[in-house]
Amino acid sequence: MSSQILGLITGFAFGFLLQKGRVLRFDKQVGAMRLKDMTILKFMLSAILVGMVGLHLLDGLGVIKLSHKPMNLGAVVLGGMLFGAGWSVMGFCPGTSVGALGEGRWHAIFAVLGMLVGAAIYAELYPLLKTTVLAWKDFGKLGLPEALGVSPWVMIPLFWAGTIALFVWFERRKL
Amino acid sequence: MKWRLDDGGWSPYLAGALAGVLAVASALATTKVMGKTSYLGASTTFVRAAGLLERMVAPGRVAANEYFAKEKVQVDWQFMLVIGIFLGALVSSLTDRSFKAEGVPPSWSERFGTSVGKRAVWAFLGGIVAMIGARLADGCPSGHGLSGLMQLSVSGIVALAFFFGTGVLVARLVYGGRKHE
Repeated sequence: MSSQILGLITGFAFGFLLQKGRVLRFDKQVGAMRLKDMTILKFMLSAILVGMVGLHLLDGLGVIKLSHKPMNLGAVVLGGMLFGAGWSVMGFCPGTSVGALGEGRWHAIFAVLGMLVGAAIYAELYPLLKTTVLAWKDFGKLGLPEALGVSPWVMIPLFWAGTIALFVWFERRKL
Repeated sequence: MKWRLDDGGWSPYLAGALAGVLAVASALATTKVMGKTSYLGASTTFVRAAGLLERMVAPGRVAANEYFAKEKVQVDWQFMLVIGIFLGALVSSLTDRSFKAEGVPPSWSERFGTSVGKRAVWAFLGGIVAMIGARLADGCPSGHGLSGLMQLSVSGIVALAFFFGTGVLVARLVYGGRKHE
């Protein structure tokens, strides 16, 4: 099977689940940022809880390789802030914008067009950013367990416990 | 807790957990098929799509650009994944009848009125800022948020905190205030 076909099948399943979880909606995304509706956080954290166990298990068995994105301080912090601000106004993230189009919310096309222009602008800014923000301080491809010197199998149960406590709180507050 | 919502949707806990299973299966499948583990993500595809489009009008500019060269302007696994998201959402929404042609999101029109033009301008501007941020941070809520946190990546945890933290602050500024009269 080619990598493109695998991508298409995986994306289809992902889009199906995103739509079934009702997380593709503008109202759900902005609802989370207005702290009124935590649907997208419930979806994301549930995926993370399951995925965390599976990926670390397969990595431990040597079947797959974990691949951390670089902890480039200025880039992640400044980029994170810019993304958060844009996300809040746009009401979609890159993946959900395309999914929202699929479920008929055609206004998402304006978000998609903006993001395409943003990508082209970033490509133009890249040489400048490479010598400035991206060059400030790069901690490299870092996992939290290595950074703290603890086994992932100590951190995963803690993460589960904290997240389930958060879920209970969401349900009590009807968020 | 209900696993099935009144409108035919699924509990976000259930759909999310299944997305977690998918993420693991995908890591395994990409390793087998492509020889290298790939993780769910979406924002790099916007770079490649922008490169493909820009190439139609200014091929020389794309060819000379360092960032396009780095990310490779091509239709790859993730590009098809993003197209798959569109198709999966289309099929899911058509089969459970939640597909709806919508020109302005409900909570937006409640606050800012029903003008499509106004929504379009802000979505477009927000999209520009968000994508510059996502490329600078090297990921979006899928790549950093889901894939990063699943792997306990330091960058994923920091990025998601800033995505949401700033999102909450900006949402207060944008959607706070009075409702649309």
